[in-house]
Amino acid sequence: MERPTLAVFKLASCDGCQLTLLDCEDELLALAGRIEIAHFLEASSAVTSGPYDLALVEGSVTTPADAERVREIRAQSRFLVTIGACATAGGIQALRNFADVEEFTRTVYARPDYIDTLATSTPVAAHVAVDFELRGCPIDRGQLLEVITAFLAGRKPDVPNHSVCFACKRRGTVCVTVAHGTPCLGPVTHAGCGAICPAYGRGCYGCFGPSGSANLPALIPLLHRDGLDDRATERFLRTFNATAFAETASAGTAATQTAATRTGEET
Amino acid sequence: MAGSTATAVLDRNGLDALVKELTAQGRTVVGPTVRDGAVVLAELASADRLPWGWGTRVEAGRYRLVPREDGAVFAHTAGPQSWKAFLHPQREQLWSADRGSDGSLSIVEERADPASYAFLGVRPCDLRAIAVQDRVLTGGRFQDSGYAARRTGAFLIAAECTEPGATCFCVSMGSGPAADTGFDLALTEVVDDAGHRFFARAGSTAGAEVLSGLPHRPPDPGTEAAAHDAVEAARDRMGRAMPPVSLRDLMGESLEASRWDDVAARCLTCGNCTMVCPTCFCTTTEDVTDLTGDHAERWQRWDSCFDLDFSHLHGGPVRATPRSRYRQWLTHKLSTWYEQFGSSGCVGCGRCITWCPVGIDITEEAAALHDELAARLRQEEENDEGGGDDRKEPER
Ligand code: SF4
Ligand code: SF4
Ligand code: SF4
Ligand code: SF4
Repeated sequence: MERPTLAVFKLASCDGCQLTLLDCEDELLALAGRIEIAHFLEASSAVTSGPYDLALVEGSVTTPADAERVREIRAQSRFLVTIGACATAGGIQALRNFADVEEFTRTVYARPDYIDTLATSTPVAAHVAVDFELRGCPIDRGQLLEVITAFLAGRKPDVPNHSVCFACKRRGTVCVTVAHGTPCLGPVTHAGCGAICPAYGRGCYGCFGPSGSANLPALIPLLHRDGLDDRATERFLRTFNATAFAETASAGTAATQTAATRTGEET
Repeated sequence: MAGSTATAVLDRNGLDALVKELTAQGRTVVGPTVRDGAVVLAELASADRLPWGWGTRVEAGRYRLVPREDGAVFAHTAGPQSWKAFLHPQREQLWSADRGSDGSLSIVEERADPASYAFLGVRPCDLRAIAVQDRVLTGGRFQDSGYAARRTGAFLIAAECTEPGATCFCVSMGSGPAADTGFDLALTEVVDDAGHRFFARAGSTAGAEVLSGLPHRPPDPGTEAAAHDAVEAARDRMGRAMPPVSLRDLMGESLEASRWDDVAARCLTCGNCTMVCPTCFCTTTEDVTDLTGDHAERWQRWDSCFDLDFSHLHGGPVRATPRSRYRQWLTHKLSTWYEQFGSSGCVGCGRCITWCPVGIDITEEAAALHDELAARLRQEEENDEGGGDDRKEPER
């Protein structure tokens, strides 16, 4: 039986998410037995040309070349899965979306005219149709395997989009917000990591972006209560999924219009 | 009962011996212990692990451990877990399936061997909660054999409440602070000039047998009276109360209330309330395959009506809005539970209030719904007097 082909591509990103595939040490042999790794530069320079059955795309679109490339990748891929906060939300580099890129390039580079970049960093889904988005910074190994095995079996992956609190309670962690007064983004963050940070006494940093039903405006007063002023709150929310959280905030109403407007105002 | 004891007085040595005896019987003894700034439930190697000298100060959305001078061991209120974490674990394998080389399929039930549990320090509200889950998971059409296996023969040692917390309202729900039935042993802690001791009552033959084997004193009237008085006093010190009406009817009349919008704006839909609730039983199944495609497993894991996927049918979730999800939780707990299982789904333990990050309070929401309904009925009455029409039925 012919094995389906797998290709791994990278746009603007740190490579950490595709490294997760290599991290699947125990399963890697079984995986290679079931799927032909046709294009995975981090693992091998041997490359087979497309089309591919399954493409994993890491990274965000930050240059005109990226935008062109992602269309080519889409055209060559039967099933396209974006992996990680960059590919699904624009990543940390999307902080530029709140700022003036020209000003940045003028300040940072001696020859800004050498720089060919877009004004924004955007998720792959803003450019082409995506079949599945796997969140996280970085993605979770178990979830990546679940997505691949589900693809092989022709079923829907079991990747819940509820909050980190579900996982946190299921694992028996004492809530750091309720019991310690530690700010935690768990209630608005997409599960997937297994609620690691609260298990070590720290608040969730929101690595997986907003959950399927995030009510961010309702959480803001709590973050304030636990010692984060407006500016600290904004910084807390402006990490790997900054743009996704900003959208969630502006989708909310009155209570925290402040958080939403501020997002637009600070440049 | 020959060779068995109905009531006795134990001291700390008695509690030590109790844990030893139950462990010697091959049981896994689970009880309260301090971890990460809270009293959690965990397997106890000895009675030393109990939270001696720890109390709790709780409010809606807030929980703090506070040291106690009197050294009391059962003076804390409900932590983030309940006994369902053991009887109805958060994730459990149900079966596995394998495809042989000839294409044949074999399916094997994969239930782990049930532990033989002894629960030490079960609050009266939690005894009631266990009885509620018994009805849900073993009493009707939908039997959970794993739950039944763990529940059968579990040895329950109740700890009556003498220090109710600010979020407790068991009196409203008729489930505390005294333990009446459903236990093997019940302890009431007494700390006074006569010492630190436990008034112990047996509630089953097994309980009486265990009690008679422990170092104990015969019950003295002083201890018995002190224990009784402390529990009675707790009755008047509940931190919260439900509105004194039929909550079942209240919910039925409130389906279109505007209060649901108010609470939905505050609710994070994070699911914490259902996870900590000792009666919430909902699960979903996950079907996992491995990379070979020849091995599959079915697991059951806790789910919650706050999960969008919980009501996902063809085309999307039925309860898409936070309003409808919060309403599902409250109406199920307080009203539709009666139709399904013949009782309230709430025992007044206060966990959902304490452990809700934003402190949404089930008693406050019920009171607000009650006020809204009362205002609506008054308004309708005034309209009737004005118009002289037939009295309208409240809308459903
Ligand atoms: S610690 Fe954070 S993730 Fe865990 S239950 Fe509390 S708020 Fe939710
Ligand atoms: S609804 Fe709240 S108070 Fe009632 S039993 Fe559940 S957790 Fe306890
Ligand atoms: S309140 Fe929600 S989670 Fe709890 S038993 Fe009812 S439907 Fe299930
Ligand atoms: S009521 Fe509280 S604990 Fe429950 S889902 Fe809403 S915010 Fe979370």
